[in-house]
Amino acid sequence: MPALPLLARYAEGLFWMGRYLERVENLARLIDVTQTFEMPARPFESWYSLIRINADEERFAERGYARESAAVKQFYLLDHDNPTGMPAAMEAARTNARTLRPVISTEMWMQLNMLHRDLMHIPATSLSGDHLSRLCSQIKMGVQSHTGITEGTFFRDQGWLFYGLGRAIERADQTTRLLDIQYHLLMPASAEERRVASLTQWGGMLRAAAGYHAFRRVSPAGYQPRDVVRFLLADPCFPRSVLMCVSQMEWQLSQLRATYGLRGTVPALERVEELRAGLLARSMDSLIEAGLHAFLDGVQRDLILLAAEIGSAFFRDWRPLAQAEGQTQTQGTQTQSQA
Amino acid sequence: MTATSPDPFAGYDCGPYFCELTPGREGDGGAIERIRARIRAIGLDQLRTRADAAETDLINLGVTFTVYSQATAIDRILPFDCVPRVITAPEWRTLEAGVTQRVTAINAFLHDVYHEQRILKDGIVPAELVLGNANYRPEMVGFPVRFGTYVHVCGIDIVRDERGDFRVLEDNARTPSGVSYVVENRALMFRAFPDMMNGIRLRPVDDYGRRLRAAMSEIAPEGVDDPQVVLLSPGIYNSAYFEHVFLAREMGVPLVEGADLFVEDERVWVRTTGGPWPVHTIYRRIGDDFLDPTVFRPDSLLGVAGLIGAWRKGNVTLANAVGTGVADDKAIYAYMPRIIRYYLDEDAVLANVETHICREEEGLAYTLANLERLVVKPVGESGGYGITIGPRATRAELEAARAALLADPANWISQPVVSLSVAPTLTDDGLRPRHLDLRPFAVTGRDTWVLPGGLTRVALKAGSLIVNSSQGGGSKDTWVLEDDESDGASGWRG
Repeated sequence: MPALPLLARYAEGLFWMGRYLERVENLARLIDVTQTFEMPARPFESWYSLIRINADEERFAERGYARESAAVKQFYLLDHDNPTGMPAAMEAARTNARTLRPVISTEMWMQLNMLHRDLMHIPATSLSGDHLSRLCSQIKMGVQSHTGITEGTFFRDQGWLFYGLGRAIERADQTTRLLDIQYHLLMPASAEERRVASLTQWGGMLRAAAGYHAFRRVSPAGYQPRDVVRFLLADPCFPRSVLMCVSQMEWQLSQLRATYGLRGTVPALERVEELRAGLLARSMDSLIEAGLHAFLDGVQRDLILLAAEIGSAFFRDWRPLAQAEGQTQTQGTQTQSQA
Repeated sequence: MTATSPDPFAGYDCGPYFCELTPGREGDGGAIERIRARIRAIGLDQLRTRADAAETDLINLGVTFTVYSQATAIDRILPFDCVPRVITAPEWRTLEAGVTQRVTAINAFLHDVYHEQRILKDGIVPAELVLGNANYRPEMVGFPVRFGTYVHVCGIDIVRDERGDFRVLEDNARTPSGVSYVVENRALMFRAFPDMMNGIRLRPVDDYGRRLRAAMSEIAPEGVDDPQVVLLSPGIYNSAYFEHVFLAREMGVPLVEGADLFVEDERVWVRTTGGPWPVHTIYRRIGDDFLDPTVFRPDSLLGVAGLIGAWRKGNVTLANAVGTGVADDKAIYAYMPRIIRYYLDEDAVLANVETHICREEEGLAYTLANLERLVVKPVGESGGYGITIGPRATRAELEAARAALLADPANWISQPVVSLSVAPTLTDDGLRPRHLDLRPFAVTGRDTWVLPGGLTRVALKAGSLIVNSSQGGGSKDTWVLEDDESDGASGWRG
């Protein structure tokens, strides 16, 4: 008898573990870039943009936070009950990892277990002054350690492909959010403010995405905002560009179909093709002119639909009896679709 | 002045109890003295430092059990004591033979009570004790199991009295747990105390998963060439979840939850990304009651609807079989020496703790006459309810026990208070004697194999006899010496 295929529940767990960890890393990046953008005159404006790009306005108000910068940091880094915050994502990643202990490597589990312990007990003092940037580095490096351990120890059967799909989808989504910060931040500003702030801020954003130096290598000498947008959306070599993520999804889905005979990948592959076409169809100038925010929104919606195709083809099947048990992930999906 | 670490054994006195690390024990070949010398060489400070590091290791590795209180779940480690418990080769031969004998008798008993019931008809065991037992499953009557094996995994709790004689305290024939700690504790010792172990030849313990997998394959329904084995766990909220993960990994089989499985055409399938996949043997770590909501508890979300039907059709094997709980009951325990003699025509290799059966005139008379020295236990209860410990009871409590005994003698057994053996255990005061027990694990498919050693649980509180992890117990690595560590031993190999 051939080897047992992957349990549907494990596939779902791996997909979501990948998503949640990518979310943890990107939250740290978003907070880091917000810190960099903080405008001395209107600091709360900068921080509130984070709330807006995550569509968290209502939740932030409901949980009784004051409208001040420190509150936003707390909301995302310390509030365990905020489902869009870092602690909730870390908790969900670790809960998935627990169910996945039979399939992930011991080293992956051990590192996640320790990272979880550290990130669930961040002292409030870590959010102030220069500590915040260090905290963001620590979070990023924690997830990057996970990524490295996974690269070096995780058995590469179909489980690895589902894990990779989760990471690629989340990363693409997060890159669109990072770009969206620009839109929200610059909207209320005057044309002059916009012009002056613009270049520094685009640079800061590239740094948050770890793409600044690569961008300088491939960009024209007198670069324009559209070059940054093109880089983050459609560069074929930058690991965090949306196009790169889409290429990875395509490869992962094709592998699942070709190597493991999973025919349920067909509708998902069609979605991926649409995403790619959307990214390459128009010039960046026309795209920005037509409204970057609306375009990014569209990409985010497509990613939600893609995740839903993967979910209904491979995951739903295992929990006909016990819907309650799937709440983490179900909640995660809802969180995504609200955004 | 040079700081030398104090002698770890300074002030150690095992008192009237049998000490598991006293040198010069028959058949130890000097190994115990060598182990003690190494512990001295490591010194108390190093013992403490490394023991702390070892416990941190366990937390990071998630070698934990989960304790639930109101809203929080806390992952706790089973506290680990770094001083090993040593079993000599001749001692292990006795234990291994005794455990094998007991498992063989338990399986023969289960086959009998679910078939001809000869032992009941011959009056060896009172019929109502078996047929009236909540764990007796009429669904099992007349149902054949492969090789007559009902209890595939058995854990037998054994203590050692003042004279060093092993005695069985309890049989665990349902879903005994703890074996993962046996293997993890050994791995931990290799990491943290290589200098304590170096050159001491020990029976290995890392073979358990392979043996278990082989047994699970043997018992699969006949005619299946390459059976698919799965481990069925209640999931991450179960306190023994780590052990389930451990065993699934060591066996190389998927850990499934009830919702991963379904029954169609009286066959069991697991849901995979590639569709349904057949399952042939289920090593289940959930109780009988939860296995199948259509047969047992209808509110069970942990089980699989139709599982019992598929099993009765012979399309899937459950390990352990349903209905084994009737054999590890307190009431049946008292009869175990007679059960062994009845089926095997042998005396028990491992004696029970002396047990007086009050439904029998002699036992009742003895119990009433010695009430203040005995532990009186009701047979039907579990979890320590209704127990009177004579030496610690007040006059009024003793009188209440007497009245209860006289009112319904059949509901009671009595046992002397057992003086559990001790072993040196690391405490704030240095090494001090702490009481311990031993749970060897036997795996049975066609034949029985006993994992060398077993789980040594130790009561960390001074004087305490309670070794349970939920009540301040910890564990030790259990070292079974190879034969050639024992001077007097023959070339016997297990």
